[in-house]
Amino acid sequence: MMDVEEERLCLFGIADCSLLPPTIMVRLITHNLLACHAKDCNANNFPLQFKDVKLEFREADFNPDFLKGFMPKIEWKALVDTARELGDTSLPLEQPEMLDDDFLKNLHHVLLEIHVEEGSMTCPNCNHVYPISNGIPNMLLAEHEIG
Amino acid sequence: MIPTPDLSHLTSQDYDQVYEPAEDTFLLLDALEEDAKNLRDINACVCLEVGIRLCLELYWKNSWPFLYLCTDINPHACKCTVLTGKQNHIDLNVVNGSLVAPFGTRLANNVDVLLFNPPYVPTSEEEVSDAQLSRELGGSWAGGSDGMRITNVLLGRVEGLLSPEGRFYLVALKQNNVPQIVDTMRQKYGFLGEVVLQRRAGREHLFIIRFVRESKNSSS
Ligand SMILES: C[S@@+](CC[C@H](N)C(=O)[O-])C[C@H]1O[C@@H](n2cnc3c(N)ncnc32)[C@H](O)[C@@H]1O
Ligand SMILES: [Zn+2]
Repeated sequence: MMDVEEERLCLFGIADCSLLPPTIMVRLITHNLLACHAKDCNANNFPLQFKDVKLEFREADFNPDFLKGFMPKIEWKALVDTARELGDTSLPLEQPEMLDDDFLKNLHHVLLEIHVEEGSMTCPNCNHVYPISNGIPNMLLAEHEIG
Repeated sequence: MIPTPDLSHLTSQDYDQVYEPAEDTFLLLDALEEDAKNLRDINACVCLEVGIRLCLELYWKNSWPFLYLCTDINPHACKCTVLTGKQNHIDLNVVNGSLVAPFGTRLANNVDVLLFNPPYVPTSEEEVSDAQLSRELGGSWAGGSDGMRITNVLLGRVEGLLSPEGRFYLVALKQNNVPQIVDTMRQKYGFLGEVVLQRRAGREHLFIIRFVRESKNSSS
């Protein structure tokens, strides 16, 4: 699907962004930080549920220090559940105390290398649907939905 | 030196729809470059930019690892960032959304570096509302009567977002009344603001204000 804007870009010889191999995709690290922010929706509004996703895997540079620094900010259960839904069962249900290399590599893969390219995210509380297209989550709300 | 990103994939037609990096963009980059060591010292781990900078991510990519998140209401700005990422082989985390709303809950007190180069140009109130609703290029500048309509909304969110040592960098125009912004942030939210850079660019007199929590004003 191309909107008029994109079509215009094509006419000018500029690549239609949607035809390029997507570079940005929703990774689980971002997903773990997104919550529904629709009007009056402020409980059980996390994590958003993925639906009809198209996944892609892309290697990223492994950086143990970053992972260790970021770990306290992760909602662990949401991450593990979401990874399992997407077919990755490599993470333990509880955050381990010993951060060995095997664990960090799995965490790295789940957080940074699984990309959701297309699909949508639904709020578990109010069922608002946030679409993902070309790997960009659309978290915009219509004016009447803003709290 | 921070490497300059490759923006050659963007053309004048793209700049009909997204904000072209200009003096304000580069002034903020300069301020950040001067602060790079400090940011490393506070172990900055999460950086959130509101109003996508087409290139900033790349500047920082090589200095140390951290998570770079950005939001913009203009879907076209988001798409151009996709292209920039592709051109420069990096992974970005772009969200098409308004201000910090999508991250508001989860990032509470977790943002180490918050950046905003807002729509700061004084315009009519009507123009701001239209620009915010249409989500096009007008949203890059339309700022309401004192140019602060959008910035003020974000100022109210800073306290809840920043980590204890976090910093907030804001681009402002002389007409936005910099002393008043600094006063408000101090009295209402307990933040110390300091102009770290200023520059005249044509008719614009631009400022970069850096805010830190009052109790944490030891570093600089
Ligand atoms: C002055 S431009 C700066 C662009 C870029 N950050 C730079 O420095 O080159 C302001 C940007 O803020 C975006 N913007 C305006 N209102 C916004 C909002 N409510 N939420 C998020 N982004 C917004 C505009 O779409 C535009 O890309
Ligand atoms: Zn909801």
